[in-house]
Amino acid sequence: MTSATGIGARVLRTEDKRFLTGTGRYVDDLPLSRATYAYFLRSPHAHAKIKSIDISAAAKMPGVVNIFTGKDLVDAKVGGLICGWVVKDKHGQPHKSPAHPVMAVDTVRYVGDTVAMIVANSHDEAKDAAEAIKVDYDVKPANVDLAKALDKGAAEVHPEAPGNLVYDWEIGVKADVDAAFAKAAHVTKLDLVNNRLIPNAMEPRAAAADYDKGTGNYTLWSTSQNPHVLRLILSAFVLGIPEHKLRVIAPDVGGGFGSKIFCYADETMVCWAASRVGRPIKWTAERSESFQTDCHGRDHVTHAELALDKDGKFLALKVETIANMGAYLSTFSTAVPTYLYATLLAGQYTTPLIYANVKAALTHTAPVDAYRGAGRPEATFVIESIVSKAAAEMKIDAAELRRKNFIPSTAFPYQTPVALQYDSGNYPPIIDEAMKIADYKGFEARRAEAKSRGKLRGIGFSSYIEACGLAPSQVIGQLGGGVGQWESAQIKFNPTGNVQILTGAHSHGQGHETTFAQLIHDKLGVPMEQIEVVHGDTSTTPFGMGSYGSRSLAVGGSAIMKAADKVIAKGKKIAAHLMEASVADVEFENGVFKVAGTDKNVPLGQVIFAAYVPHNYPITEVEPGMDENAFYDPANFVYPAGTQICELEIDPETGTTEIVNFTAIDDFGNIINPMIVEGQVHGGIVQGVGQALMEGAVYDKSTGQLISGSFMDYTMPRADNFPSFKLGYKHTPCPHNPLGVKGCGEAGAIASPAAVMNAIHNALSPIGVKHVEMPATPLNVWQSIQGAQRQAAE
Amino acid sequence: MYDFSYHRPKSVADAVGLLKSKPEARAMSGGMTLIPTLKQRLARPSDVVDLGGVKELAGIKVEGNNVVIGGMTRHADVASSAEVKASIPALAYLAGHIGDPQVRNRGTMGGSVANNDPAADYPGAVVALNATVTTNTGKHAADSFFKGLFETALADGELITSISFPKAEKAAYMKFPNPASRYAMVGVFVAKTASGVRVAVTGAGACVFRVKAMEDALAKNFTSAAIKDIKIPADGLNSDIHGSAEYRAHLVGVMARRAVDAANK
Repeated sequence: MTSATGIGARVLRTEDKRFLTGTGRYVDDLPLSRATYAYFLRSPHAHAKIKSIDISAAAKMPGVVNIFTGKDLVDAKVGGLICGWVVKDKHGQPHKSPAHPVMAVDTVRYVGDTVAMIVANSHDEAKDAAEAIKVDYDVKPANVDLAKALDKGAAEVHPEAPGNLVYDWEIGVKADVDAAFAKAAHVTKLDLVNNRLIPNAMEPRAAAADYDKGTGNYTLWSTSQNPHVLRLILSAFVLGIPEHKLRVIAPDVGGGFGSKIFCYADETMVCWAASRVGRPIKWTAERSESFQTDCHGRDHVTHAELALDKDGKFLALKVETIANMGAYLSTFSTAVPTYLYATLLAGQYTTPLIYANVKAALTHTAPVDAYRGAGRPEATFVIESIVSKAAAEMKIDAAELRRKNFIPSTAFPYQTPVALQYDSGNYPPIIDEAMKIADYKGFEARRAEAKSRGKLRGIGFSSYIEACGLAPSQVIGQLGGGVGQWESAQIKFNPTGNVQILTGAHSHGQGHETTFAQLIHDKLGVPMEQIEVVHGDTSTTPFGMGSYGSRSLAVGGSAIMKAADKVIAKGKKIAAHLMEASVADVEFENGVFKVAGTDKNVPLGQVIFAAYVPHNYPITEVEPGMDENAFYDPANFVYPAGTQICELEIDPETGTTEIVNFTAIDDFGNIINPMIVEGQVHGGIVQGVGQALMEGAVYDKSTGQLISGSFMDYTMPRADNFPSFKLGYKHTPCPHNPLGVKGCGEAGAIASPAAVMNAIHNALSPIGVKHVEMPATPLNVWQSIQGAQRQAAE
Repeated sequence: MYDFSYHRPKSVADAVGLLKSKPEARAMSGGMTLIPTLKQRLARPSDVVDLGGVKELAGIKVEGNNVVIGGMTRHADVASSAEVKASIPALAYLAGHIGDPQVRNRGTMGGSVANNDPAADYPGAVVALNATVTTNTGKHAADSFFKGLFETALADGELITSISFPKAEKAAYMKFPNPASRYAMVGVFVAKTASGVRVAVTGAGACVFRVKAMEDALAKNFTSAAIKDIKIPADGLNSDIHGSAEYRAHLVGVMARRAVDAANK
């Protein structure tokens, strides 16, 4: 750390002043004169044929400007929404790719599917008109239950995907794995459900668009995590507006957790309709629309088996998963349960043989796509659940079994049997530290004390690995991804010496404006208050890939460092001229250029001024100005890892679970701002515990209605559900990026469900409970206890 | 929400006059149920009569052996009232655990009782304490006030002006909150007053109900042990994704025992 505000410092978030004083500028805050307001009529049925749509009465309602239906898009030759990742099945065939019309044409496929867009002078008038639209539906049977989605006779979602199968994909060699199982001393089997989640970003999705008739330029404001990618998809695949005629701006965005990566029907419609309506259009989702139409997360049904030798060494792992895609393939949906899931199944262990088979299924439910962790929480849940179950079955301490199978620190870089090559890590000290902080030794005494109060106390481990910092572009291309995964940066000095960092990453709560500024402050010595981070506007920032997959610092931050290196290199030439020295003798340190071995020096500000006012300047050798660009494509993923220990108490009378201790020790590589990292870990743990104990999207299995369609029925974790977390770090710097950083945005959510559920099972197994699915709600836990008591009585 | 005419009368008489002259009018006290209902377009009143301007309806006073609380008294005021805390601490505790701070500072006792949401907390207290509901036209005994799901004995144009709670010798309220909404999934109010022991259950059924077997047992022996073997039948209890009828029936027993223990502390 070079100063109180440089790398490693707990700098307060500069963006928080506007967020906490209500002066952030979100899409819905945009003052657009002559604006109209859009409202979307959505399907009330999970599956129905549209026999007719009659808009005649609605069109005459007060304030109505325009009404569009799917047929208008067909007539205008608008393309469908796309899935941007081609996964090849086990026979090498690309996944089934059913049409995804922006608005339904003749069939609706989930409750919330878009049927009509009403544009009016006010939101209420648009909504009034929506009620006057008459849609004649022929309601069909719905396929809602994932476990039965691929069964013969399940209602078909798309004719292009017979039997609702999108792909049948595999990784690993099944015969080798089967041979290892045949020799195993012990096999642990596990069936589990990874429950479906609804993202619930604090700010609902929103879009606004304006069309400039004079230039033919469109501007789309969207709550996007990746405005350049959204523009690319809309331009190249959906609307055909040339990229240079479409500006996408993602201003302040209130959370995303993945759900704002994708290209959605509503923002597409708002953009398309802006030129037809001839006035700006604004749309903000109501919370119930968010529940119904934001892409949901997780939703797997899995059978797993782990083969062990008599000493507990893992011999092989076999995993079969059915993954829910929902009714349409969202932007990156196909990659989540394959390349972001099965490639992580080695975890922190030396398991030599792994086979995974993933079948992706269509159902009459909202599309499912990446959600905080995207595939990696699902993988971690499988591994860490089955490892703890194996430990219990073989009567080996859960920590001991893990330690026995950890990849040794000397084995890095470590090639797993499922494609990834881990770059760095040292797992035993992490679990040791976690056990020390959690006072694992004292647990049995605490369990006994809890029992005296009538409580069942349990403890659970989760040792996770994740691959993030997405990603080497060539690897992504080989795996079927449709985009590059580099990141861009531009460092633009102004003549007076202050600086703008333009980044292709996007901040929707992560604190980039502070973290990225710390990088430049540390590297170039510019005071924090003279640094501005600019992001989220395709017209001002270089093309960038946006923020997801814990990539912003590892990839975007590295691009910023590269651009800063260019600033220093150019600055040295200018400084050499000013100091009448040779470039080779000029050094840069703490914001000052110096001639080595002399007291000659010139501060960066003076060099910048000279670059913009080049009166005394090496003008024949160096261009004026100081505005450097860099693009950074990482050499590998980054591999954060850690161990979490959850300790909880269950009230067996009510089934209520209380988390009493939660420890997380992580390896995030080098850390730029520990306070922001802690915030990310806290939020991630809370989301993961939410999945384990509270959250669950529930559809009625026959009608496909979303039962958990509001906060009245969808349980969100709250502050009073948690103790203070105990966090710590054991770092191994990433060897292949200039900052040595890994990524911390998803880790908490990736690891914590297994830690919680292992603790639940640890607490309940003494009374005979064998398995509890997530979410372990009070009802679910109580019923599990009742079931065990009934069994014991029989 | 749909358009409606908004009124803010200053007296009960004016409010009642408005409600009677407009057949599709709805009275609004705190609006904690009505406003969300309007926003979701689930109600379409022609007129909303806001009782917030009727000063005479709010307030807490002790009259002899009773605590009398005005219909427009906010939950937060009940929770923090020195009179309520001194006379019936269980009632202050209940009020302090309704919804969240925003709801407690807007929602009113009269609104909650008149709405008779099956998961509301106050009906449990009204019945268990054998309170009297006073309206602009008369008085209702607690037992005959709550009629069923969102149904009460209130006639059209009848407003709750106050509720009179007898002081309790012993009383406690135990709530098992719905994990999502934190409404009462099961709430049990146990009270020992001059009129005897009462056990009132809210949240579990369509409407608040009493558990006679528990009351009889507690009248003889006011300890949790006295009711530990009393089973509540699950028939007719609410069932949803958060709790089956069997679970709710079980929780009635647990919450009742815990309420008795708390009342004895």
